[in-house]
Amino acid sequence: MSAQQKTYVDPPATVEAERFWAATANGQLLIGHCNTCNAVHYYPRSLCPGCFSEDVDWVPSSGKGTIYSYSVMRRAPVPYAIAYVTLDEGVTVLTNLVDCDFDALAIGQKVTLTFGDTEGGKALPLFKPSDG
Amino acid sequence: MSRNSKAYIAGVYEHPTRHAADKSIAQLHAEVAKGALADAGLTKDDVDGYFCAGDAPGLGGLTMAEYMGLDVKHIDTTETGGSSYVVHVGHAVEAIAAGQCSVALITLAGRPKAEGMATGTKPRNYGDTSPDVGFELVYGPTVVNMYAMAAMRHMHEYGTTSEQLAWIKVAASHHAQHNEHAVLRDVVTVEDVVNSPMISDPLHRLDCCVISDGGGALVVVSPEIAAGLGDRSVKVLGHGEAIKHLQGGQVDLTYTGARWSGPRAFERAKLTPADMDYVSIYDSFTITVLETLEDLGFCEKGAGGAFVADGNLISGVGKLPFNTDGGGLCNNHPNNRGGMTKVIEAVRQLRHEAHPKVQVPDCTLALAHGTGGSIGTRMGSATVILGGNDA
Repeated sequence: MSAQQKTYVDPPATVEAERFWAATANGQLLIGHCNTCNAVHYYPRSLCPGCFSEDVDWVPSSGKGTIYSYSVMRRAPVPYAIAYVTLDEGVTVLTNLVDCDFDALAIGQKVTLTFGDTEGGKALPLFKPSDG
Repeated sequence: MSRNSKAYIAGVYEHPTRHAADKSIAQLHAEVAKGALADAGLTKDDVDGYFCAGDAPGLGGLTMAEYMGLDVKHIDTTETGGSSYVVHVGHAVEAIAAGQCSVALITLAGRPKAEGMATGTKPRNYGDTSPDVGFELVYGPTVVNMYAMAAMRHMHEYGTTSEQLAWIKVAASHHAQHNEHAVLRDVVTVEDVVNSPMISDPLHRLDCCVISDGGGALVVVSPEIAAGLGDRSVKVLGHGEAIKHLQGGQVDLTYTGARWSGPRAFERAKLTPADMDYVSIYDSFTITVLETLEDLGFCEKGAGGAFVADGNLISGVGKLPFNTDGGGLCNNHPNNRGGMTKVIEAVRQLRHEAHPKVQVPDCTLALAHGTGGSIGTRMGSATVILGGNDA
């Protein structure tokens, strides 16, 4: 079974998260980086959940990662593959896997950042299997 | 042996309904409260502490105290999803020990079935102001597919199989056949489970719990009150709670908060997993039971599949009888919150009042464990160790 193209619902965005969605429109997936303890975190937020420092930058991910786990929701009007992808930067993000054969997915598979459209015109970070 | 206990569970009640189309949520709370107080031999005027969670309507504890006409001096509305009521038992013990109250009433009720809630297969939004929601909800996280990702990862790391997970449902069904109130009373086989429709890989329909209305209540009392109530009260020997979340993106779905709540409870009780005659384990899905048993120390991490196989959880057959009422998997999962019924069946076992076909002989020490929120994101875990009056 292959993933079908779909338009996603709009993600609710808090005031705090507005710049995350501004960045996705420019093709970037932002993660949190703490300038005090140097750790990265996801989802990005106002302070570092590791050391509580507010000296945090929201930085673009390389967009490369591997599948930590996934599940194909068969009992949905349009089946879809939810997944946790571990980015090369070291944080794991919730996402959907697209442009793929559901039955060929595997934990450990390399994936790359891509984007889908939401109903309100936002760019939604998604992942697809990397070529080769 | 006579172990000391700071408080006792004197009354329990599980609502017999599984579909409450003609009752309000407040009404269900009151009905279970009445049932548990009658079971304890107490009245509502004896209640001086009230505990409830997010399922209570309106302003929660305030609204329900007013509805039931309670005059209490201690209130606790800790909300950790389906584990709340197991947390409440521990909090009630501490409140009683601190002199805050002497008769604590804990209630749960809801009617997701009557309200047509798509419990497991539609994403649940806890509010647009929740900081995680914008990063999660749009991807379609449902109760089922988030637990499914835990199962998928557990299989990947430890070689756990769908057949091993299926044994958990099989065991629950063997118990549920004797429960006249159970939603699913047919005994199922491993083949039945793995051949049932796939909901979200690798979880099949029969890996999932039932959806039911109803509720339950507990009455926790001081040793002084318990002394005047006969010999059916059950000792609370230990309790532990924990939370687990995504830790800023350091995700590990192969364990639960039971890894911490269990040892805390066992340490307080000065007991070990090997001492338990019976266990009630939260069973929203088969994988929930498997990971929890590992985390509580009933087997090594990763060995849960082999541990639950071949009927090891079936009363009278295996070494660790579990969920002898049929659990959430077959009997009842009121308001999608199974912690309450876990405590109730453990109390029945310790009173030797479980169904004769599933009663554990000489049951003296038991464990009840609750899981709340989602194993795939953020969760509350709570464990209580209970003892019969001869414990």
